[in-house]
Amino acid sequence: MVEQLVFYALSGILVFAGSMVVTVRNPIHAALFLVLAFFTTAGIWLLLDAEFLAMTLVLVYVGAVMVLFLFIIMMLDINLVVLREGFSRYLPVGILIAVLLGLEIVMVLGPSQFGLDIVPAPAHHGPAYSNIEELGGVLYTVYVYPFEIAAVILLVAIVAAIALSLSGRVKKRRGQRPEEQVVVNPRERVRLVKMAAERPDSETP
Amino acid sequence: MPEIPLLDLLPSGLQTLTLILLKIIAIVTPLLLCVAYLTYAERRVIGFMQVRMGPNRVGPIGLLQPIADAVKLAFKEIIIPAGANRFLFILAPIVSLATALSAWAVVPFGAGRVLADLNAGLLYILAMTSMGIYGVIIAGWASNSKYALLGAMRSAAQMVSYEIAMGFALVGVLMAAGSLNLGEIVNAQAGGFGHWFVWPLLPLFVVYFISGVAETNRAPFDVSEGESEIVAGFHVEYSGMSFSVFFMAEYANMILISVLSSVMFLGGWLSPFEGMASAETLASPLGSLLDSGFHWFVFKVALFLFFYLWFRATFPRYRYDQIMRLGWKVFIPVTLVWILVIGVAIAAGIGPWFD
Repeated sequence: MVEQLVFYALSGILVFAGSMVVTVRNPIHAALFLVLAFFTTAGIWLLLDAEFLAMTLVLVYVGAVMVLFLFIIMMLDINLVVLREGFSRYLPVGILIAVLLGLEIVMVLGPSQFGLDIVPAPAHHGPAYSNIEELGGVLYTVYVYPFEIAAVILLVAIVAAIALSLSGRVKKRRGQRPEEQVVVNPRERVRLVKMAAERPDSETP
Repeated sequence: MPEIPLLDLLPSGLQTLTLILLKIIAIVTPLLLCVAYLTYAERRVIGFMQVRMGPNRVGPIGLLQPIADAVKLAFKEIIIPAGANRFLFILAPIVSLATALSAWAVVPFGAGRVLADLNAGLLYILAMTSMGIYGVIIAGWASNSKYALLGAMRSAAQMVSYEIAMGFALVGVLMAAGSLNLGEIVNAQAGGFGHWFVWPLLPLFVVYFISGVAETNRAPFDVSEGESEIVAGFHVEYSGMSFSVFFMAEYANMILISVLSSVMFLGGWLSPFEGMASAETLASPLGSLLDSGFHWFVFKVALFLFFYLWFRATFPRYRYDQIMRLGWKVFIPVTLVWILVIGVAIAAGIGPWFD
C-alpha cells in the first residue's frame, strides 16, 4: 500500500520532469529537470530492490554526466532566437517524425506488451540478499565476453578523445613541467659573484 | 528496540516512523553542534598556529562565539540579487545541506549503531556526496554574477575530477573488506591496529583523504572560493542564513570525510589495543578506555578534522592547472596501480589482512 503510493508519487514526478525536459525553454532548466528525472528513476529502481543499479544511476548520471552537461550548457552562448529560426518551415516534417516515433513507442511499449500476466512482478528478497553479488556473478561468468568487449570499446573511446584533443599541439606544449622543476639544481640557476663592497678612495672622482 | 515512554500509544506504522525520526534527530542535532564548534575550533587552532589568540571574548575562552555567530547570521537580511533566478537561488543552499546530511544515514557510530544498515552503504555515500555539486553549480548559475559562475565552474570540474580518484580508493577498500556495508568494513579490521586497512592501503588512504579535502573545497584546494581571485566564488551573492547553510553543509561534509577515513582505514570504533590488554585491565575503570567504543571513533575523527585545520593553516592555495594535474595524472594512476597490488595481495593471501 505504502509502496504503491511511493511508486505513483515517483512516477508522477518522473513523467512531469520528463515532459518538462522537452518543453521548457531555458536549457539549464531542462538539464535540471533531467537530473530530477534520473533521481526519481533511481527511486523507482529502489522499489524493485535494485539498490546497486539505483545508486550507480545517481552516482554516474546525476553525479558526473549531468554535471558535465550543465558545465557545457553554461559555457555555451545559446541564442534561442537563432535556434528557433525556420521553426514553422520544418514544423510539418517535425510533426511527422514525432507521430512516427510515438506510434513506434506505442507498438513496442504499449499496454499489450505489459501486465502482470506477461511480465510477472519480481520477487522481493530478504535483507540479506545482495544484488551486487548476484550482478557480479552473472557479469563475470555468463556475460564476461560482452562485458570485456564493452570495456575495451570504452577505453578506445577515451584514448581517441584524448588523442583528438591533443592532435597538432603536442610539440608546443606550454605549462608546467614538474619533472624538470624537481631536478633543478640551484648551482645551474644562480651564479654568486664576489666583489669589493666599495671602490678604493683614489678611484672616486 | 529501546524503551521510549508513550511510544506504545501510537499505531504500529507510526511507531516505526517516530522511531526513525527520533534517530535522525539523535544524529543531526549533535552533528550540527559539532559543525558549530568546528568553526570555533578552526579559528582557535589556526589562531594558535599563527601566534594570535583567536576568538576569546564571547563567553569563557570564547566558547559562546559560534552561538553568537549563528544568532547574527539568522537575523541578517537575505538579499536576492536583481536578475537572479529566485527559485534556484533559494534551492541551491538547501540542496547542499540536504545531500550533506542525508549521507549520514549509513554512517555506523558503533557496533550496530546505524540508522540504515544498507548493503551498498559505501555506494550510497558516494552517490549522495556527488550530488553536493549541484548546490554549488545551481548557486553559481542562479546568482546571475560572473564571479559566482566562475567559482561554480571551477568547483564542478574539480569535484568531478577528484571523485574518480576517490571512487578508485573506495574500490580498494571494498576489495580488502569484501563488502560495501560500512559496519562490515569496520569488522573486517578487527584485531588491533596492525589489522587496520591503513597499512595495506596506505597509498589509497593518502589519496582518499587528499581527494576528500579537494571534494569539500577546503584549503589548499579552495579555488571555488578563492577570495583573492573571484571574491568568494559561488556564494558571493548569498547573505545571512542562506550563506550560513552553505557553510553548515561544507563543515558537515568535512566531518563526513573524516568519519569515512576513520571507518574505512583506521577501524572506526575499534580500539588500537584490541586483543592486547588482559580481561582484568579492561574491567578496571581506567582500563575500560582501552576497549573498543565510541570514544575511539570520536578521537579518530577529531584527528582528521585537526588535519583539515592544519592543512588550511599551512599550505598556500593550489593553482588551478596544478589541481587538475594532481587529480588526473598523479592520483588516478596511483590508485589504479595499487588496486592491482591489492588484487595480487588478496590472491596470495598476505596476512594479517587478507588471510
